[in-house]
Parts: sequence; structure tokens; C-alpha cells
Amino acid sequence: MKIRLTFGALALAAAIPVLASGVFAADAPKVPSGPHPITQDIPAEPMGREVTDDIKKVRNYADQPPLIPHAIRDYQIDLNINKCLTCHDRKNTEGSQAPMISVTHFQDRDGQTLGTVSPRRYFCIQCHVPQTDAKPIVGNSFVDIDKVLGNGALGGGKEGAK
Amino acid sequence: MISCALNLAARVWRVFARPSVHFSLGFLTLGGFLAGVLFWGGFNTALEATNKEAFCISCHEMKNNPYEELKQTIHFTNRSGVRATCPDCHVPHEWTDKIARKMQASKEVWGKIFGTIDTREKFLDKRLELANHEWSRLKANNSLECRNCHSAESMDITRQNPRAAKMHETYLFTGERTCIDCHKGIAHRLPDMNGVQPGWTGTVSAK
Repeated sequence: MKIRLTFGALALAAAIPVLASGVFAADAPKVPSGPHPITQDIPAEPMGREVTDDIKKVRNYADQPPLIPHAIRDYQIDLNINKCLTCHDRKNTEGSQAPMISVTHFQDRDGQTLGTVSPRRYFCIQCHVPQTDAKPIVGNSFVDIDKVLGNGALGGGKEGAK
Repeated sequence: MISCALNLAARVWRVFARPSVHFSLGFLTLGGFLAGVLFWGGFNTALEATNKEAFCISCHEMKNNPYEELKQTIHFTNRSGVRATCPDCHVPHEWTDKIARKMQASKEVWGKIFGTIDTREKFLDKRLELANHEWSRLKANNSLECRNCHSAESMDITRQNPRAAKMHETYLFTGERTCIDCHKGIAHRLPDMNGVQPGWTGTVSAK
């Protein structure tokens, strides 16, 4: 009897964190390690795996900076060297067969075209980023422009209003 | 002066060539053998001790600069848990090469004594020169220290992504380039690379 009581108490104690976190996470995004009482030690979810398949991803809109489809761990971008440009710079693309940085990157902020990459475009990963297989935490109602245009006459308004 | 030195040499030689008066042949043979073992063992132990990461980073120059940088890289932590320590890449494994490198390293002792790179600023100023030494050493021995772990024979390029596979096929397997030509700065930060072309670009412009 006494043993059974102890078990019961233990089970209740084990359930408390679950109950408590349920209250806190009511309106927050569904992340296991999301908002929780600071007294609890919630394990972080595993990190997403990098997508490194070298396959170009479609751009969601024309001006989107292309995504990086390869690993960039330890890539050095500083005063000494820009590791990205060792492949993507104009003069290195023949050897690397990598896509050249777009010509817009040669323009300074006054629209003057320079001989090489403009300082304001030097830090690649300000705009270009690799992806992981992590699922989006927050929903997104973005609609591709082709879908907006193409479906416009065919009741696309419903799609756009979502 | 010269005759004096010759006299001394002759006297030493006479002592050296005369049979022993006090010590038995057995004592001298066994004693010599033991002394040899002790000397050689001690030498090798000392050599091994200087070939440990702990020895390398016992100097703050190495601990605060290259070692700190190594810690960020894939050669320090990775999914398979294999770590390259300083001597794995910077000291040849073959005995003669190792001794040759150790003799060169006496210059580094000089640098330590006179504080050639005893601040971060001095280290950064000298980094290109130091990096150049390592690049040319690895270039000259066909990236031997890389190949102690990464051999072209055991490299399965079908497991690499297409970009890496293509590069290795074009430049590594043909022997046109060696590891260090393209993989500079994999374990430490790079110096000012103005004028240092990446391996693949150098190949094309040389054609």
C-alpha cells in the first residue's frame, strides 16, 4: 500500500512539468523547447541538417538572393580573404565552374560600376544563406507571383486572400 | 696554436685507442649497451614529448593563435569524432623527415626566446610568411601530412557532392594539383590572400 502511494506521488510529480508546459505553450509556436518555466530543463530539439546537394533552388521572387546549396562551414569572409569569391568571383569561375556573382554586385551605392565587387556587396551571407531541413515554425501565406498572375482570372483571389 | 690543438687531439686519440686498464671487457660492452639504450630511449621519449599537442600549446603564442582557430574547424570537432592535433599536420611521420623538421624548428625556439610573435598583432603581421612556409612545405611533399589520413585511393567520390567530386577528379586524381593548392586555411584563419590564387584558378591561367 505504502509502495503504491509512493508510485502515485512519483507519477504525479513526473506529470507536473508536462501540465505546466502545456499552460505556457498555449499560444506559442509549436517548438518542444519553446517557452517554458525557467525551473525546467527542456532538451533542445536536434539541429536541422544542412542542404548541400548542389541543386539550385527556385527563387520565390525575381530579386531574391539565390540560396547557397552547399556547405559553407568555416568559410572566411574578412579583410584578408572572401572564401566565396575564390569560386564565384569573375576571374575564378572558369576553374571552379561556379556561377559568377551578378553584375549588380559591381555597382556602388551611387550606381557607379566598379572593376570588382563593391564593398557593400562583399559580405555574401548578409543576403545569401544556406538552408537546413528544419520545418518552418510559423506559418506563411506567401504566394508565388506566377500563381497570382496565372490564377488571377481563375479565382486566384481566394488564394491571395488567404 | 694549430700544433697545440693537434697535440690535444693526439692525446685524446691515445687514451681512446688504448685498451682499458681498470674496466673489464664485459662491463664496457654491457655498460655501453645499457648507456646506448638509455640514450636512445631518452632521445625518443623527448622527441615524442615534443610531438604532443600539449607541448605545442604550452607556449601562449600557439595556444592563443593557431590553436584557438583550430578549435572552430572541422579538424577539431566533427560528426565522426576524429581530431587532428598539431603534430598530425605539422610534423612528418617518417623519422628522417621528422628530424629534419625538428631541426628547422630550432628557429621557432629562437622566435620564442626573442618574442617574434608574442602578441596577436605581431602574429598577424607575420602570418603570411609563416603560412607560406607551411604551404611550400606541403606543396613540396605532395601534401604528405594530409594524405596520412586522406588518401586518394580510399576517397569515394560518389559519396561526395557533385561539385567536390568534379574538382577532385579534375585536379587531384590527375596529379595536377595537391591538397594544399585548394585547401588552404582549412585549420587556421588565412592571411591576406591578395596575390595568392586558389588552386583551380592557377591551373586554368597556367594553360
